[in-house]
Amino acid sequence: MTEELRKTDTQKQEIVEENQVERTRETRLFVPRVDIYESKDDINLIADIPGADQDSIEITLEKNILTIEARVVTEKPVDFSLTYAEYGIGDFKRKFTLSNEIDKDRINAVVKDGVLSLKMPKAGPAKAQKIEVKSA
Amino acid sequence: MEFRKRYSSSVWEEMDKLQREMNRLFDSSNVNRSGAILDFPAINVWTKADSGQVIIAELPGINPDDLDIKVVGESLTITGLRDLPEQSEDLKYHRQERGFGRFARSIQLPFPVETEKIEATYEKGILKIWLPRAEGDKPRKILVKSNS
Repeated sequence: MTEELRKTDTQKQEIVEENQVERTRETRLFVPRVDIYESKDDINLIADIPGADQDSIEITLEKNILTIEARVVTEKPVDFSLTYAEYGIGDFKRKFTLSNEIDKDRINAVVKDGVLSLKMPKAGPAKAQKIEVKSA
Repeated sequence: MEFRKRYSSSVWEEMDKLQREMNRLFDSSNVNRSGAILDFPAINVWTKADSGQVIIAELPGINPDDLDIKVVGESLTITGLRDLPEQSEDLKYHRQERGFGRFARSIQLPFPVETEKIEATYEKGILKIWLPRAEGDKPRKILVKSNS
């Protein structure tokens, strides 16, 4: 178990430039860490988005691109000054390409304690289409 | 970026601290003998000179009952557990980026704290600890009397 921990970077990864599209919001943007696992019936995506809640998370699915965006509202302690910082605060954003086998209408998203869980049920078995080759 | 201690108690402690910083830079994690990681969670420290400090840490997905916060002398220790991800033979992991396991983070505070008045909240995966500076340690203004 510790092996895995050693490999895990404790630092947040920041998005420096995203396809040269710049942001208008004056916050930093981070890539949330995710776990993705597949069971018999669904694909699960778990993302760490500390500081975001259900009202600030936006999940969109356009064509096959799943985008997770989470806004983090920063509350600075009044009259205090930041004397030591190990992590930056900012919004989260990450995109994934989904395979066709997901039942897009039944995706279920839950957020708790800064962790977003997405359950994406697999669609029924796709029928393998056989294409006959005719000889001309 | 450097968290200043009021007293640097010994050269060796400074060396240890430097080593921890180096490990943080190059090896990302630092594990103690019982397997708990020592540099998780990352913290931000907010200070107000005369009244105290607020230490904020990002700790998503933790059961607050598993968190243990202790102050001994001028050091604060946060220990806890982040649950193992769901494991089963039927599950196939495609990505596993989120860390898990035990952690124990110690932070040296710059002043003694009023231990009775420490408050901690856990909300949206963020832990906030309010550490008021001990009354006896607060700076006092000394009046200068003149005899004339």
